Amino acid sequence: MTPLPQPHRKTPGNVAIGPAAAFWIGFGVILALLVVAPLVLPPFWRRFLTEILIWGLLAMSSDLLIGYTGMVSFGHSAFFGLGMYGAAAALLTSDPPNLWLAILYGLAGAAGAALFVAYFSTRLRDIYFAITTLIFSQIFYVIIFTWTAMTGGENGLIFTRPRFTIPFLVDMRFTPAVMHWFVVALVAGSYLLLRRITRSPFGMVLQSIRENEARTRAIGYPVERYKIVAVMLSGLFAGLAGVLYAVQNEFAAPDFVFFITSGDAVIFNVMGGIGTLAGPIVGAGVFQLLRELLSRVFGDQFPYLIPLGMVFIVMVIFVPQGLLGFARRWLNR
Amino acid sequence: MDLILGFVQSAPVELIIVQTINGIVTGMILALVASGLTLIFGIMDVVNFAHGELFMLGAYCGVVVFALTGNFWLALLTAAFLVALFGAALQIVTLRPLVGRDPLTTILATFGTSLILQNYALWQFGPVSRKIGEPITSQFTLFYLQYPWYRIAVALLSAAIIGAFYLFLKHSKFGIWIRATTQDRLMAQAMGIPVPWVLTGVFAFGAALAAASGVLFAPLGGVYHTMGLDWVLKAFIVVVVGGMGSLGGSIVAAIFISLLEAYASIWVSPAQAVIVSFVALILTLLFRPTGLFATPK
Amino acid sequence: MSAPAAEPLVQVEDLHTYYGKSHILHGVSLHVGRGEVVGLLGRNGVGKSTTLKTIMGLVPPAQGSIRYEGRSIAGTPPHVLARHGIAYVPEDRRIFRLLTVMENLRTGLDRRGVTEARRRELLEQVFASFPVLAERRNQAGGTLSGGEQQMLAIARAMMLEPRIILLDEPTEGLMPRMVAQIREIVDTLQRQGVAILLVEQNVPLTLAASRRIYIMEKGVVRHHCAAAELSVHDPIIQQYLGV
Repeated sequence: MTPLPQPHRKTPGNVAIGPAAAFWIGFGVILALLVVAPLVLPPFWRRFLTEILIWGLLAMSSDLLIGYTGMVSFGHSAFFGLGMYGAAAALLTSDPPNLWLAILYGLAGAAGAALFVAYFSTRLRDIYFAITTLIFSQIFYVIIFTWTAMTGGENGLIFTRPRFTIPFLVDMRFTPAVMHWFVVALVAGSYLLLRRITRSPFGMVLQSIRENEARTRAIGYPVERYKIVAVMLSGLFAGLAGVLYAVQNEFAAPDFVFFITSGDAVIFNVMGGIGTLAGPIVGAGVFQLLRELLSRVFGDQFPYLIPLGMVFIVMVIFVPQGLLGFARRWLNR
Repeated sequence: MDLILGFVQSAPVELIIVQTINGIVTGMILALVASGLTLIFGIMDVVNFAHGELFMLGAYCGVVVFALTGNFWLALLTAAFLVALFGAALQIVTLRPLVGRDPLTTILATFGTSLILQNYALWQFGPVSRKIGEPITSQFTLFYLQYPWYRIAVALLSAAIIGAFYLFLKHSKFGIWIRATTQDRLMAQAMGIPVPWVLTGVFAFGAALAAASGVLFAPLGGVYHTMGLDWVLKAFIVVVVGGMGSLGGSIVAAIFISLLEAYASIWVSPAQAVIVSFVALILTLLFRPTGLFATPK
Repeated sequence: MSAPAAEPLVQVEDLHTYYGKSHILHGVSLHVGRGEVVGLLGRNGVGKSTTLKTIMGLVPPAQGSIRYEGRSIAGTPPHVLARHGIAYVPEDRRIFRLLTVMENLRTGLDRRGVTEARRRELLEQVFASFPVLAERRNQAGGTLSGGEQQMLAIARAMMLEPRIILLDEPTEGLMPRMVAQIREIVDTLQRQGVAILLVEQNVPLTLAASRRIYIMEKGVVRHHCAAAELSVHDPIIQQYLGV
């Protein structure tokens, strides 16, 4: 949603601070917590947190389209998947496996997919856009699934994690802690970058497209071009998430290219709050936590998606602004 | 041109004819599924992501009733009826509150429903595919094959159901109500037509069509919790290619795409043959984005 | 003409309606008695159509009360009102263009509680009043001329056997001959005991056909009197309706 001018918050000492300061303080606190986490959390939860961040990045990328441009996309699984396979390609063909090459290939793959999808889909409105992105992500799934020679087909690809190297500066093993910090750095950076983008004139146009596409077009903006750029940006960040996932888990599998992954991203968005950027990350976290909780209480076989699906539908109907939007409204009282 | 001729000549004529029949059979089932989808979209402006799951539910319903009674046709009718009721309940609970809101919320709601239904089916029935025996087991000789009569029956039955439904739409009181609601929802209400119930009825109808397709398909392919996904994806392609909101368009597109896929699987594996439908979609989007037979809305 | 019944058929009090953020009705109050023809005049955009739509339940009121036969109907869905005797004929007619004339009529005729005999009676009546509709009964509504569509819109409303018809600018865009026909229909309906709330821009017709007149301006009723007290050249008419 258009960032509303926020009232000055009061700290416990009853000193009013401006919204910008409030943001940076909040951001800093959360960042600090994330950085400290791997040092205090047991391995399972550490890895859990890292994965939440990666899914959060995916969800955030789709928020750019859903929340800010008003285009519901089910195509993110393709971008994520190509990021993943691109990284896999780099790590399997480079010797020694090169992290930055993985990122490069992954982003390139995702960008290619995004361009393809954008070209065909952006000329369609709303519902048709959603359906065609879904179909396109399935096209990529089928290609990856059946082109066994290149992609390992059903079994996917396995590779080893590269070393974390910055030329002339660093050369170390990617321990889980280092991996975590790397992910935190990239996700935080992406968040700040996306925040900058959504507040820029470009971002304002996107939001204007969401509010009233016809009017934006009538004013003279080349709406299709903005949409294509939005899809590409969204695709790039989703691809980055794919790369991170691949590096973290050391495999690439077609399952992630199945449109369900896009569906997950949409769910995180709705639960966390569309159009808030941070919301989707929260949504991803809450979703994974609930799932973990349910499987601990009710056992592994419990169909956790049934209650979660119901929660999701209830939220679509009654809390469309998501958890974050709800919290914001509650705090502003 | 020579390349195409050479290509075509590489397949024996009998195979092409067999695949034509196969294509039409699959196409008719797909047409049945797609008409439910088009109906719901055309009249309610709702993209029913749960349509494949209604198909799947119908198939499972059919399995259960068949196991209880041994009668396939009873299973077909019961499944259609039960899923119609369920569809009505679903519409009332999840879609009525969303009337008047952004149509994208209905995509989300039906998507959530599809997740719930899929997982429910997995939980209740397990991952192993179930089977129903064909009600008609006799076969006839088609060239070098024994071709099952059941497949022909399916095609004819699907056509009959669609035909009956079309007549219903044209001539009955409810058909008039549905058409009036589609054209001008407010004036339909002002004429005393209970529009909220018309919408529920339409959704129930679409669900019944999906369920019937599921039961008809069950003997051909087995029943498993993700069977809806493949069909709904193809149904969406059919609906976009045929023109959203056009019943006739969906039917033609369904048969057309299924035929192409059937021919394609002469040369490539079925998993790859689906690429044909993707290509059809891309071409349609390039040259005729509103669909081949779009009705002006 | 007998005096109207003590309890008005439709009573609207202090009605406020919004379209989004626009405050259209600022507290409209009026009433229509049984079998009464009441005119609602005013310039374009003062809220006459909105008043009708609010009564019909097509637009929710933000404030105020609407009573029909003594019972509050604010919030009642339009299709329920239609079945209880309130018919609505919108400006721009809005007949179902892709349905035939007969099917259009059936949307009002196909109700519970209408015997086969009554159906035939109603159809005969309407075809007698509008012979052109009988001729074109199997033609699609969209193929009719403007005047014929207006006939169909009114005929369709009559199929509901209403106690009151909310009639929005029926003569707009029609030729004088058709306007006279509309006048006749309004009179006929009134003789049959059907009340009419007539929104119009055509002042002479409205003054001649109505018993009472309301004049609206900027979302409120500014003037209310018997139609007989006003003439076309009255300064009040000039004030609220003059160019």
